[in-house]
Amino acid sequence: MSHSVAAPLSGATAIPAVEIPTVDLRELAPWALFAGLLAVLVVFFVSTDQGAVSLFAGSAIHEWVHDGRHLLGYPCH
Amino acid sequence: MNARTFLVRGLLAGLIAGIVAFVVAFTVGEPPIDTAIGIEEASAAEAPAEPAADEAHTHTHAEEGHTHSHSDEEGGITRTNQKTWGLATATIAIGVALGGIIALVAAAVAGRLGRLSVVASTALVTALGFVAYALVPFLKYPAAPPAVGSGDTIEERTAYYFAFALISIVAMVAAVVLGRRLAAERSAWTGVVVAGVGYVVVVAVAALAMPAVNELGDFPADVLWEFRISSILTLAALWATLGMALTWLLGRVETTPRAVA
Ligand SMILES: [Zn+2]
Repeated sequence: MSHSVAAPLSGATAIPAVEIPTVDLRELAPWALFAGLLAVLVVFFVSTDQGAVSLFAGSAIHEWVHDGRHLLGYPCH
Repeated sequence: MNARTFLVRGLLAGLIAGIVAFVVAFTVGEPPIDTAIGIEEASAAEAPAEPAADEAHTHTHAEEGHTHSHSDEEGGITRTNQKTWGLATATIAIGVALGGIIALVAAAVAGRLGRLSVVASTALVTALGFVAYALVPFLKYPAAPPAVGSGDTIEERTAYYFAFALISIVAMVAAVVLGRRLAAERSAWTGVVVAGVGYVVVVAVAALAMPAVNELGDFPADVLWEFRISSILTLAALWATLGMALTWLLGRVETTPRAVA
């Protein structure tokens, strides 16, 4: 899974080293952008669509997630 | 450990969290929602001659002038589906989305918050996420049950809610960045205290400055209390499960490669 961590430790002592793995931020950026946008979209559909703002006409999405919208604390009514 | 390691585990942890949140929401949240819908329908039935008053208490999908369709037939979605599969869809979708985001934030801070282990910094990120995106927004704009709130103000209330949540999240991120710097330059104590006090001051000022929402009318206090407790319990269950599942999954990765390598 993680070569960056294992390398300095391999074949060394049994005592766990203090070194903590880090993730290269340049590697992380595209994941964060893609997953971030998707997550915001999902939150939008559960929390807001066909309420204050309507991306799709009708009320089917609103009705389907209705109880979750109330219980997860988003304004519905 | 790379971005994918975190993301995959975040999505899985989010799925588990969404399922647990559904169980809690269904068990403690549906009884007050059913009561509130009963109140909503009773008041809608009582005042058919007064469309203005009616509209103020139910949210209308204006075109046909019909009220928010909670009754069994409307919209093709039955109450049974709404409180089971519909509710589960909502909690699982939010769980997976939050799980993905929290995992990527945890990936960004891993190994960068003092000497906290990956598991410890991930637990911290989840806890701070709960405070910033669930607890603090709830304190200013608490969840409202069906029958509370006017359809005319839904735009404002949604805007206030997300604006306040955004302020809270930005303040939390800024507090952590500041606290991290102070911890390195001064002491961990200074970093934690300044970050904590700074966050509280910013959200408190924002909460005082932003408009209040009160459209409760004569909604019964006991049902409101029961509903709000169930709402915060649902959010707490979601975030707590997310934190436990994600740290457990990451803990297994953090320890195994050393033994294998
Ligand atoms: Zn509603």
